[in-house]
Formats: sequence, C-alpha cells, structure tokens
Amino acid sequence: MNAEILAAALINGLLTGAVYALVALGLTLIYGVLHIVNFAHGSLLMVGMFAAYMMATQAGIDPYLGLPLVAAFMGAVGWGLYRFVIGPVSRGEDRAILLATLGLAVVLDNLALVLFTGDTRQLETDLTFSMVEVGPLLLSVPRLISFGVALALAALLWAFMALTDTGRAIRAVAKEPEGAKLMGIRPDRIFALAYGIGIACLGAAACLLLPSFYVSPYVGNVFVLVAFTIVVLGGMGSFPGAMVGGLLIGVTESLGGLYLGESLGPIGISAVFIAVLLLRPTGLFGAVR
Amino acid sequence: MNDPSRAGMGRLTRRTALVAGAATLAAPLAAPRIGGAQPAAVKVGVIHPVTGALAFSGSQCRLGATMAIADINGAGGIKAMGGARLEALLGDAQGRAEIAASLVDQMAEAGASGFTGCFASPLGLAATTAAAKYNIPFSIDSGIVDAITGRGLKNVFRLFPSLSMTIGGAMPALDSINKTAGSPAKTAVIVHEDGEFGTNTAKQQAAALGAIGIKALELMPHATPTRDFTNIVLKIKALKPDLVMITNYQNEYVLLSRTLVQQRVDLVGTYSILGGGFNLKFAKEAPTVAENMIDFNHWYSVKDPRSAAFRKRVEDGGNIITFEVIFGYFAIKLLADAWERAGTADKEKTIEALNTSTFSDHFMPYGPTKFVGGQNQGSQAVALQIQKGNMEVIWPEAFASKPAVFPRPKG
Repeated sequence: MNAEILAAALINGLLTGAVYALVALGLTLIYGVLHIVNFAHGSLLMVGMFAAYMMATQAGIDPYLGLPLVAAFMGAVGWGLYRFVIGPVSRGEDRAILLATLGLAVVLDNLALVLFTGDTRQLETDLTFSMVEVGPLLLSVPRLISFGVALALAALLWAFMALTDTGRAIRAVAKEPEGAKLMGIRPDRIFALAYGIGIACLGAAACLLLPSFYVSPYVGNVFVLVAFTIVVLGGMGSFPGAMVGGLLIGVTESLGGLYLGESLGPIGISAVFIAVLLLRPTGLFGAVR
Repeated sequence: MNDPSRAGMGRLTRRTALVAGAATLAAPLAAPRIGGAQPAAVKVGVIHPVTGALAFSGSQCRLGATMAIADINGAGGIKAMGGARLEALLGDAQGRAEIAASLVDQMAEAGASGFTGCFASPLGLAATTAAAKYNIPFSIDSGIVDAITGRGLKNVFRLFPSLSMTIGGAMPALDSINKTAGSPAKTAVIVHEDGEFGTNTAKQQAAALGAIGIKALELMPHATPTRDFTNIVLKIKALKPDLVMITNYQNEYVLLSRTLVQQRVDLVGTYSILGGGFNLKFAKEAPTVAENMIDFNHWYSVKDPRSAAFRKRVEDGGNIITFEVIFGYFAIKLLADAWERAGTADKEKTIEALNTSTFSDHFMPYGPTKFVGGQNQGSQAVALQIQKGNMEVIWPEAFASKPAVFPRPKG
C-alpha cells in the first residue's frame, strides 16, 4: 500500500472521527442522564444542518461563525422538546420516552420533507476547496477546522460537567436522581437541560459538517448509526469514551475502506466493535462519573 | 303625460320580459347538459415515491404528470370521448415495491383506466405486474431496467429509453466526443455504487470501453451511503487515469465530485452515466465542481422552442427542471394520445392504440415513436455538459446545443 495514501487515510480518519465524536457526545450525555437512547438524534442533527444551511444561504452567515448561534438555537429546541413534548408525553416512563423520541424522529423527517423536499443541498464556502499541503498530502481546511473545534468543544463540555455547579447537578441526577432531589435539585429540569445540551452538541456538529457534506431530510441517518456504535463502544454515558470511540471509529472506517474497499469497509467498524465488547462488555470507559 | 316612473316600470317590465325570454331560450345552450350526462372522467393512477429516500425524484415525476393532466383538461379533455376529463388518482409508493403494487390494486378497484409511474425500477416492476392482472395500460416514466418491458407484459409501454439502450448509447457518445478532441482519453477508472444498478452499469461500461480505445484501469465500488471519498480519490490519483466514470446516486455523486476537485486530481474529464447528482441545481450550488462535467442522461431537445417555454413554466412555479418532470409529463401525454386515437378508455383498444402509436407531440431528442414489445425504439439519451452554469446537449450532433469542452481546461 502506498505510504502516502496510508498516511492520508489515517489523518483523514482522525479528522472525521472528531466530528463523529461530537455527534456521539450529545447522545452519550442524554443516555448518561436520562438513561434513554434518543432515537431522534439523527433527525435533530438534520434539523441542525438545515438551520446552519438556512443561516448561510438566507442570512449570509458562515457556518463556522454561526456555530454559537446554531448551537444555542438547537439547545433551546432540545430543551423545549423535552420540556413540552417528550417529558409530558412519556410521564417519566423509559419505554414511553423511547417511543416519544421515535415519534419525534418521524415527525421531524417528514416535516423536513414537506418544507425542503427530498433534494440534496450543498454549500460552497470560501474554504470549501482550501487545502493545506503537508508534504505530499493535501489536507482539507474545513476538516482541520472541524477537528480542532470538535476537540475544543468536547473539552469545554467536560470542563462544564466537572467544574460547574450545574455540571455537578447533572452528574448527581445521572448517578442518583432521588438523592439529588433530596439535595434540592429538580430532576425534571435537569433532564430538560441535559437533553438541550446534548442537542446543542448536534448544532455544533451540524455547523462543522456543512462545509464538507451535503444536507437533505435523510442526512441524519447517515451519521446516527455510527454515533450509536461509538456510544456503546466508548461506554454508554462516558465522555472520554465518546471521544476516543469517535476517533477510533473514524480511523477504523478509513483504514477499513482502504484495505477492504469502500463496499466492505464498514466491516472493519463492526469487527472492532465486537472485539472491544468481547474484551470489555461495558465499553472502553464505562458510565458518566 | 306619461308618468316617468310608470314609463320606467313599463320599460323595465318589457325589458325584463325580453331578457327573461332570451334567458329561457339560451339556458339550454348555456348549460346544454342540464338533465343530460357529462362524459365520465377517465381515471389515471399516478404512482410515485413522494416520501422516503426517493421523495425528490418521485415528486418531480408527479409534478410532470399532474401538469400534463391539467394541460389536457384545460384543452378540452379527450375530445374523441366527448371531452372526457382526466382524473388523477395520486398514490405514494413510499419507495416500497409492495406498496406500489397495492396502490395498483386499489386504483384498479376505483376504476383506473390507465397508470403511470413509478420513477424507480423496482417500483415499476411491481406496479406493472399488478396492473397486468387487470390488463390496464401502464405508461412507464422513469423506470429504466430492461425487464420492465422485456417480460412480455402486453399492457406496459415505455416512451423513454431502457437501460441497455442508454448504456448502448453512452459509449458511442464518449467515443465521438473523445475522437473529435483528438482522443486525449486513453484510460479510465470507473467509480460505482455497489448495488445492482451501479454494478451492472460499471461492468457493461468496462466491457465496452476497450472497443473505443479506452482502457479501464480499475472498477471502484462503494456503498450507499458513503460519508467520505478521500480514500477512493487518492487511489484514483495514484492511478493517474484520463477519465473518471461515475455511476452512483445523488448524494455520493456530489461528494465524489467535490473530493476530486479538492484533491486536485488532474483529469481529461469526468463522464457519468445516469449521474444521480447531475442537474441544474448541482450546477448552481457547486459551480466550481460542476463546470465541464459530462453526464449521459435523459434530457429534452434544447433546440425545440417548446422546451424553453416548458422549462420556464416549471421554474416559474418554484420548481427545478429535471428529466423526471419531463418523463412524468409525456408519459401521461402518451396515454392521452392513445385514448384520443382509440376514442375510448376500453383497455384492449387502448393497448392496441399504444402498440401502433406514432406519438410525436413532444420535444424529446428522439426519432419517430415505434413500440416493439412495449419499448419505444426511437428513444435515446444524450450527452450533457455543464458549461457556464447551464446544461448543454453536446451529443448527438443533431440535437447538440453546444460543442463539447473536452479535454476540460487545466486549473
């Protein structure tokens, strides 16, 4: 195998993996606190990407510059969805929450279809074709930016969870909701906040993806299965697990495609996934502490 | 002295009487069918995937079909049937073959005299098989596989080219374009989606390239969806082909094309066959990528003035013009023409009218219409190229709007 191609595949895998990790971070946070799998995760990523797309095409705001806006918007959407839809509909029952998020996914996908049709849209920004030359390699500037910002946001989220009172409250509810209630923490508010933060991560990921990817009503499905894989691989509810898992899956996907062909490449992801779970059934890093 | 008011009343009274009398006489003329029978509407089943992954293309086909029905009704309906209007029975196949077939059963029960649909070949295969149970004529729009008309079903008709006709035309087109430019393309890499459509097309391409002096260096399949094409593009770059030939669906077409530009792959050109993402929207949203890309695909005759008016009408409605709209439109027009010539919606007589159809009221770049086994032998696809943001026909010469830009300019 050509060394240049191998090096490019490795780097590319890391760059892509960082964005996968950001998508998975939101999912693992929601699982860690609410103990449910958010089936609307892919659909909400799609909503974030359309929000970023509309902001760029209608208001002329570059996706990178608009990242705080889209993240805040999606955070508010997530908070509102839990507070006024998922929470009331499910009445605290885990199974009902699952069904509520599944129903939400169906509604969002079809609403997007009605509003935007099934057509694929893409954005050419000033940076779309900007490449950095590293020896014989050409590295995409949008991907480098995505990598750096994704890592920075993950660090920010970790710091928020570890060092702030709100972060401690979220972790307390995740670990022991009844005990947290006794300490004066309102679990229902924390659930909505955690869901909002998880969806805000999707808003950030959407802005990082848009310059190098397309958007359509079904784009969420392209990433959500990978995100679920990463969450389980890394340990459900684990932030370090989501980050390491994302990078690992990104590299595995890239190298798998290189050696097995792009048709068989996904086998590499499944192989790594099974191997890790056989050795560590709870995933690489376990639950949120 | 006349009392003015009485005179007015008298005049009104006489006027009123005259008007009333005239109205009474005219009433049967104004509403000649009051108390008589309106010709029954001719029901047409219009089946497409308007939700699901194929929603965009299905909706485009449906748009064309409903435009045609509106035009036919606006022009007075099927005149040979007393001005019978067409009534669309709209069905959403949701991208699933069993639903397409079920819709046929439902619509047959509702009295459909004909069908059109279904954009995708698997849906078309299922729906035409279901329609064959009732022997109801089916005018296929975009389903391309040969089997749709190749199974011997007497009720199925396709005005547009089949897959083998399309691929059979793609190689001579490439040969002509290459030779006109002095044969700069001698090698090619074929990138294709790994399903039936992509794999079959790629194999046929690879087998046919040798005959036109181009060597196929490698076939590179990929899954749908594929999130990143960097590996594939780097392998292409290492092989240094003159051409990259692409057969895949919309999203992957867009990503692959963009990655080829990002990685600065030096090519004589790109040549796709039925490129999923090749359309005017692609040209508008990604001008850097789309410029000078070539696709062998379905299109209208740019030289026919009716096509410009049609395109404007579609775009004024806030839609984009794609071949699906045109196919949906003329698939209905073909059926209507058959009913017009048969003078009835009787199934057997309609099928007979379709078999002998020489339908020419279209602006497609086709030869004379002639159906053999349900397939129009006069149909063909054309070679298209994005030039300065517009889609130009570059082959065949009879329908070309611009010469090909080939090889594409460096940088």
